[in-house]
Amino acid sequence: MERSCKSLADGVELAVCRTEQFKTGLLSVTLAVPLAEQTATVNALAPEVLCRGSRRYPDMEQLSAATDRLYGAALGPSVRQRGESQCVSLLCSFIDDRYTLDGTALLEPAAELMGEVLLDPATQDGLFRQDYVESEGVNLADDIRARINDKRGWSIFRLTQEMCAGEAYALDKLGDAEQAAAMTPRRLWDGYQDLLRGARVIVCYGGSADPQRVEEAVERHFGPLLRGREVRLPCQVVERPAGPVRRVTDRLDVTQGKLAMGFRTGGVTMGTPLYPALLVCNALYGGTSHSKLFEHVREKMSLCYFASSMLDGVKGILAVSSGVEFSDFDRAEQAILDQLEAVRRGDFTQEELDAALRSVVNSLVSRRDSQGQMEDDWVTRLLSPRGGLDGELLARAVEQVTGDDVAQVARLIQLDTVYRLTGKEGQ
Amino acid sequence: MEFVDYPALRERVFRSTLPNGLRVMVLRRPEYSRQFAFFATQYGGMDLRFREEDGAGWVDTPAGIAHFLEHKMFDTEDGSALRVLAANGAVDNAFTASHITGYYFEGTRGFEENLRTLLSFVSVPYFTRESVAKEQGIIAQEIRMCEDDPEDAAYHQLLDGMYAHNPIRSRVVGTVESIAGLTPEILYQCHRAFYRPGNMALCVGGNVDPERVRALAEEILPAGHTAPVAVDLGLPEPRETVRAYAQREMPVSAPMFELGFKGTPARPGEQLRQELTAQLACDMLLGSSAPLYNRLYQQGLINGSFDCYYDAAPGCAHLMAGGESREPRRVLEETLKEAARLAREGLDPELWERQKRAAYGGMVRRLNSLESTCIDLVQSCFEGDDYLRFPELFQSIEAEDAQALLAGWCVEERASLSVVTPPAT
Repeated sequence: MERSCKSLADGVELAVCRTEQFKTGLLSVTLAVPLAEQTATVNALAPEVLCRGSRRYPDMEQLSAATDRLYGAALGPSVRQRGESQCVSLLCSFIDDRYTLDGTALLEPAAELMGEVLLDPATQDGLFRQDYVESEGVNLADDIRARINDKRGWSIFRLTQEMCAGEAYALDKLGDAEQAAAMTPRRLWDGYQDLLRGARVIVCYGGSADPQRVEEAVERHFGPLLRGREVRLPCQVVERPAGPVRRVTDRLDVTQGKLAMGFRTGGVTMGTPLYPALLVCNALYGGTSHSKLFEHVREKMSLCYFASSMLDGVKGILAVSSGVEFSDFDRAEQAILDQLEAVRRGDFTQEELDAALRSVVNSLVSRRDSQGQMEDDWVTRLLSPRGGLDGELLARAVEQVTGDDVAQVARLIQLDTVYRLTGKEGQ
Repeated sequence: MEFVDYPALRERVFRSTLPNGLRVMVLRRPEYSRQFAFFATQYGGMDLRFREEDGAGWVDTPAGIAHFLEHKMFDTEDGSALRVLAANGAVDNAFTASHITGYYFEGTRGFEENLRTLLSFVSVPYFTRESVAKEQGIIAQEIRMCEDDPEDAAYHQLLDGMYAHNPIRSRVVGTVESIAGLTPEILYQCHRAFYRPGNMALCVGGNVDPERVRALAEEILPAGHTAPVAVDLGLPEPRETVRAYAQREMPVSAPMFELGFKGTPARPGEQLRQELTAQLACDMLLGSSAPLYNRLYQQGLINGSFDCYYDAAPGCAHLMAGGESREPRRVLEETLKEAARLAREGLDPELWERQKRAAYGGMVRRLNSLESTCIDLVQSCFEGDDYLRFPELFQSIEAEDAQALLAGWCVEERASLSVVTPPAT
């Protein structure tokens, strides 16, 4: 596996991972801008409308026929959030040249198709087609409203909204449902031109082609993206210490309660010296199925079906999520805090520490077995304000983490907000 | 161990059947950092009634028992199993479906120790009254979580509408009531019946030595060979669905639906072929390149959440499609109309060739994942087939096969629609 990253123009990076490990090639183009209320909806909607059709393949049936001919290449949009950045991507996964029935190379035609979708869309009077804007606007609004269907995801989403109120981080990366439903072709078109001009561009490729071939395909098919860029401010991350603990409760018609607790990591983020210790701390506390939360809150106390912690390393937030009976909210909350206290005191065995450390190393090393995860890591690292080590270097740093480091970092973690999703009155 | 090469896919799989009946497979992937091991039994949520060990009568067990058993297998007498895997940083888990229970780990170090542990905790049961009682609390929470999941609700409402007898209707997790009466004795009995090596398979993927995998399996698992027990799947299913329509209210943002067409189970040895044919038929009818999909999408009747697929289990096979829609009944009507047209006029040859190519590419892409490839190999081994034969099978499937399937399955009396709507205000 050979990895390289180079700048193709001001604000444009190309990351290539050459390997024959996979059956496929993966090519992605990411446009990253600061997440902002005025632009979030436009940026999230644009790739959906782009995927309705290009000038050459003006509807989904024809576009789909084009991907079918590329052996069922999976072409699709993605909207990700990294810290306070909104990342709008187009990804294409296609089988490697070695597996096509007639030896056809697919990298170049896939890049061509992506270039057409991004830069040469189907238009009407010089703007996006009205019918596409309307129907994708409604679809996006539905997606945003559908967040509530997954109660666990919803509780974490609501926690974030409350905890980071006033920070761009709290905005929905998909934007606003009403704005989406009311979008006009003119607004979307102008907004998309701003995104194309002003975004930081990250192109990633993983597969068997050599970097030169990839660069040529990118130059040829994404040319307009590489010239005349006016990259806006670099993507910032707002860091804020935890204040007095905030409490929020919502009521919905549910049979199981959801408890979500948000913590700030006290300035420890990806790229800082204590970050490896924070990864181990999260694994030990609630990140694995042998963590303290799993062992004590689920297994020993039978308080809930799940209780786990997750980390946003770019932003510096740790969130604990748990599903509990309504009557057990207080006990579960206390148990979750007690376990954090135990980590702070260094109250864990060498065995627990080793297991946490190895599980982090395992997950970091394993990521190179997945093209999708490698792509995601490139994007994350390039957008992390303090950079970050690549998976293997980070794994080595994690191996050096001591119990004292873990306790130290746990003492920096402060509770910020507690969110409860409970049943309707009288339930 | 013997190996088979699949030159078109650049894969090599080692295979062996141990004297105790266990089928062992190793997918060699020298360039992967991880190892993935999958150890599974042909036993799941639908296998509720089975022949007693002495062959005298039938044993009836409550819904959810296979899944409950899966949870309890992680307990060992000295509590060491998971510690070993955890100490190596390996990730272990398990799942239970209608007719399979699988246990697995993935890790990057201590492979042999990890594999020993997996084989041993799955083959040596240890249940106590206390541990069963404790698990009832945990699983009750899991059941509640499933009950709040609208997709799950739509799916089960559909199965209830499609099948009159087949135990596929039974929820894999069971209900709070059905698992309340479980005891260590009945769990031991199910373990004896279904966790015998002759009813199981092991598949390992990664940079591992196939002979070592075989040797470890032989060393750790019981030696005696016993044939799988007979399972009763109930009365034969009628050709038609039970009811055409069902709906319920849940707190969702937009109506969700799942529609199904009841099919005919494949003959033994034909499962993989039927799966490929049916998936292609599904793509021709409702796939994203098909005219109907695009018409429905343009009319706002479906959105990007829409998905269609084939699924099968012993005694049943069906096509399903679902997503969000403001007018699920119209989606079903249009689908029936289009299926009738395809059955009458035949499939568009150009689209058919493209679909085959796309489906082939999709299956090749799926091979990137060690997890899905190992699981697919085991599933197809349980059916007496070889999943990696798909490139040649594709060659032999004709448009007429898919047309005949649509003509036979996608008709009104074999259709059922399940809808979950937001509460009426």
